[in-house]
Amino acid sequence: MTNEIKVEFESLSVNEGLARSIAAVFVSYLNPTLEELADIKTAVSEAVTNSIIHGYGNRTGMIQMKCKMHNKTVMIEIIDYGCGIKDVKKAMEPLYTTRPDLERSGMGFAFMEAFMDEIQVQSKPGKGTTIWMKREIGVERKEEEPIAFAKGNK
Amino acid sequence: MEEAFKVIKTYLMIKMPKELDHHQAMRIKDTADKYIEGKDIEHVIFDFEDTEFMDSSGIGVIMGRYQKMNYLGGEVAAIHVNKRIRRIFQLSGLYKIVHIIEENVTEQEHREEFS
Repeated sequence: MTNEIKVEFESLSVNEGLARSIAAVFVSYLNPTLEELADIKTAVSEAVTNSIIHGYGNRTGMIQMKCKMHNKTVMIEIIDYGCGIKDVKKAMEPLYTTRPDLERSGMGFAFMEAFMDEIQVQSKPGKGTTIWMKREIGVERKEEEPIAFAKGNK
Repeated sequence: MEEAFKVIKTYLMIKMPKELDHHQAMRIKDTADKYIEGKDIEHVIFDFEDTEFMDSSGIGVIMGRYQKMNYLGGEVAAIHVNKRIRRIFQLSGLYKIVHIIEENVTEQEHREEFS
């Protein structure tokens, strides 16, 4: 079974719930467990929130979400045309955030990595960011290690 | 939204929303801080009874309130923490600083206690 959808929405925080719900409905065809569904919803939510807060910041732009499935594999892309990320490696470090003023925990990428099998980030400053994530449904996964000890990070 | 906040003596109880994401997080923290700053709050209790979804934005809300309460000499706790939320707490290390109130009281024990 192969299937593909593409949706586009404005970078408004109210659309975070919309995006993860669409992804969940798309994936539900594969009969995922509740945990698998929750994992994918969380990863989508993190990626879309990043585009809204960091990609577009104070302005509104369009975010594109592409969901693909091939057999039991789900691939999700979140694309924005915002400010881009100068240092992707740094941005992906757990607890690193450029917006502590907004109480961002700096765990967005770490959550995407924990809840998906694979994630790739492509970004060009001034052009935008694409996050590509993959997750195999119906595969036993080992329990993730805690990302960091929240205590003492500030 | 306002009815999600309840003050009992020095306790501020916050009923967390069904979906705790960035969208909801922004609303909660502003109101929570008004209560914390305006009344003599010593304990903040986050109630996850209705919460089915939480992402890293939720961690920001709890961490932020923890830091505030820690500064004021108070405490932060969580109740009705389901399996999913617990996993997020584990993964993020939140469980190290936020006391999780366990409900081990069975209905039987509850009845005996009040009979």
